[in-house]
Amino acid sequence: MSGSTAGLALSTLLASAVEFVEAFTIVLAMGLTRGWRSTLAGTISALVLLAGVAAIAGYALITWFPKSVLQIAIGSLLLVFGLQWLRKSILRASGLKALHDEDETFREETEAGQRAAADVRAGLDWFGFVGSFKGVFLEGLEVIFIVITFGLTAHSMPTAIAGASIGGVIVLIAGLIFHKPLSRVPENTMKFAVGLLLSTFGTFWAVEGLGVFRAGRDSLRWPGGDAALIAVLAAWCALSWLAVRLLSSYARGELTVTPQPMPGEEPA
Amino acid sequence: MRFIVGFGRFWWDFIIGDDWKLAAGVAVVLVVGGTLTGETHLSNVALTLLVGAGIVLVVSTSIIAGAYAAHRKN
Repeated sequence: MSGSTAGLALSTLLASAVEFVEAFTIVLAMGLTRGWRSTLAGTISALVLLAGVAAIAGYALITWFPKSVLQIAIGSLLLVFGLQWLRKSILRASGLKALHDEDETFREETEAGQRAAADVRAGLDWFGFVGSFKGVFLEGLEVIFIVITFGLTAHSMPTAIAGASIGGVIVLIAGLIFHKPLSRVPENTMKFAVGLLLSTFGTFWAVEGLGVFRAGRDSLRWPGGDAALIAVLAAWCALSWLAVRLLSSYARGELTVTPQPMPGEEPA
Repeated sequence: MRFIVGFGRFWWDFIIGDDWKLAAGVAVVLVVGGTLTGETHLSNVALTLLVGAGIVLVVSTSIIAGAYAAHRKN
């Protein structure tokens, strides 16, 4: 297995694990407060719809778009998507943004489940059905987005699917064993790692895709080929580390930004 | 109409997130990178380094702006 394939598998595994943990929290809260029958019906419906979306989106992208357009479009989307994750992770690690807390999410979802009035439709508790359906569908959509973008751009859809599946199975087994929110999973750290990996692959592919603007439309080649991925990852890690260090000091008030006097003006 | 607005808002939140300036900055860097790629004879090394540096600059600006806003809010 090459380094880029391993990176691809690790990225989809971590990203899917993070999303599955969040979906699991919602499903657990709905199941415990609104009953398991409606909750599982909502979960299964969402999974069926997700499978349809994945098949249609994957087929359409492969069939209708030329490879070079796919590379620049998907690379750019992945880059923007990944940089948002990285930015939030840096602000969280610096103490400038609240950490994601599964216990808090579980408490909120449980309270919402307890407050909602009974509304039975088609023999199902509608709040439980819709709550679990939305939770699984929205979190699952992020996994599908990452799997399709990684799989298509790296020409290794089986690796991307395998990584995401393993992540999902690990979370499901842990959830079945512990039967409570998986708050001990280092979710914020995992999100940071996913942000770094998404930004790395996004940068790599978006820049390669710029070759579409050249005669011949061949992808740009990074110096060193695929090995440049390691350099890009190292650069993002170094930048993130520096940002967290500086911003942590800023958050603690050790680092302040004071306005400089204009030329000819008396210092304050 | 509500469905279209909701659908658009979902994808906006999904891809762009809470800082549209970061996405806009990346788009500008890629457009400039595309123009340089198509209209000049810069080497691959120069192009990858220039575009990479542009992306880093955009992200750094976004992080600093986010930190400043969060610090003021707190």
